[in-house]
Amino acid sequence: MMMATEERVFVQAPSEVAKQHAREIEDVFRLPAKVTVRNLNFYYGGQQALFDNSIDIPALRVTAIIGPSGCGKSTHIRVYNRIFELYRSHRAEGIVEIDGENILSPTTDLLKLRKKVGMIFQRPTPFPMSIFDNIAYGVRLHYRGSRSEITDRVEDALKRGALWDEVKEKLCEPATALSGGQQQRLCIARAIAVEPKLILMDEPCSAIDPVATSKIEDLIETLRDSYTVVLVTHNMQQAARVSDFTAFFYKGHIVEFGPTTKIFTNPDNEQTEDYITGRFG
Amino acid sequence: MRPRSRAQRRAADAAIRVAMVPAALIGIAVLAWILGEVIARGVGALTPTFFTELPTPPGMEGGGLGNAIVGTLLMTLLAALMGTPVGLLAGVFLAEFGPSSRIATTVRFTTNLLMGTPSIIIGIFVYSVLVLPLGHFSGWAGAVALAILILPVVMRTTEDMLNLVPDELRESGLALGAPRWKVTLGIIFRAARSGLVTGVLLAVARVSGETAPLLFTALNSFYWPGSLSRPTANLTVTIFNYAMSPYSDWQEKAWGASLLITVSVLVVAVLARFVIKDGRERA
Repeated sequence: MMMATEERVFVQAPSEVAKQHAREIEDVFRLPAKVTVRNLNFYYGGQQALFDNSIDIPALRVTAIIGPSGCGKSTHIRVYNRIFELYRSHRAEGIVEIDGENILSPTTDLLKLRKKVGMIFQRPTPFPMSIFDNIAYGVRLHYRGSRSEITDRVEDALKRGALWDEVKEKLCEPATALSGGQQQRLCIARAIAVEPKLILMDEPCSAIDPVATSKIEDLIETLRDSYTVVLVTHNMQQAARVSDFTAFFYKGHIVEFGPTTKIFTNPDNEQTEDYITGRFG
Repeated sequence: MRPRSRAQRRAADAAIRVAMVPAALIGIAVLAWILGEVIARGVGALTPTFFTELPTPPGMEGGGLGNAIVGTLLMTLLAALMGTPVGLLAGVFLAEFGPSSRIATTVRFTTNLLMGTPSIIIGIFVYSVLVLPLGHFSGWAGAVALAILILPVVMRTTEDMLNLVPDELRESGLALGAPRWKVTLGIIFRAARSGLVTGVLLAVARVSGETAPLLFTALNSFYWPGSLSRPTANLTVTIFNYAMSPYSDWQEKAWGASLLITVSVLVVAVLARFVIKDGRERA
């Protein structure tokens, strides 16, 4: 019954919404892809967690990854910087190209890859050192510069991380003394300071109160201009608010990927619709 | 099903309390008794000359245990210098680099065995590999024996403390593009700093009271420790010798030395607690 009405509507005259979707879908194909994933399979020991994931992450956009717990969202983005290799039993197979280079190839320079691909974690992870040194740590890893150059870079990163005004008086205090939300913005600033091209965020707001969350969402808005952002989130409203594109993951498969407005208003897949409307998850 | 009665719960609570409180008191009482006895008998011996002068022959009043104090300090320090770096590095290997590898499992198991090995066996071992071949007792051999005792303790505490550092911290260091060794030294060590220091302090405190391993290695001496290649005076073996002697002056000195060691160990342990507290407040 539902289907029939919808079809009729479509045949009669494409609505404004449908036209907008059509434009956005075209956009996906026109935008250069920052990350191209083909047939990515992932294993935790003998257990397979990702199944033939293929996706093109558009450059200079925010892409949200949503899905129920344990569906492989985090697992998927943890392949992009090969951080999963910290654990021996974890294994990825397939092709993940960032700027046309297959980063899963054994010849990839991991340090260079991770300079290019920043990551923010669920819980804020300030290093046990001062606010200044937290930012300077990454800068010193990748650049040689005078003290004043590093100071400038730290200031710039803190400004872009929307934290400068709150911490400029206390740069030498331990970063662990900051609030949770401030710590998370510090981590974002720390990632920005090494000039990545791609920023992975693994549920960056799940351990943070709503006010701090909205600050981080505002920050993500501003990042879109200079970085490609992939945001894993449990919070569908958050995905709807901040992302341009959304991928829905379910049991290790990418069920649907498209413009966020389309995924949230008119998804093609029934599972996606069920999840969006809160029927499961 | 009937709800549990309040009276029953209270009775159980009271019974557990009655058993628990005396048990705790016994533990504390024994410690207090030891401390009281050592202080009461030892404090008289702690004159200024006790710290500065050489021992006198039996029957002669005066003199001190300056040489034994210096010897114990020297050997403990050397043992810490030898045992700590090895223990730290091995602990880092166990926690960071090969936690589930076959070598790590073997090392972990043998470390536990080493930790449970009676110290007298360590003494005999060093006696047979260092003292016998070289032909004489020496301070070096004593330091080596103590270092062997320090090693497993530092190793285990290092591993435990590093394991307490959340993986996210390692991951965020690596995710910034830092090599593994830089993450370990610059971030993980810093995060576990207070725990690591505590481990070393407690290990040193523990061995500073060891007697058996020194009995077979450093032996003892009536002279200043001019060279560690010779038998070296130390407090614990002195306590052993003096306490067994028939001279009341020597016995009194043994009590003084006991007090000195007890207080030093106590000070180090309290110091370690402060380090832990400080680290917790910062974290």
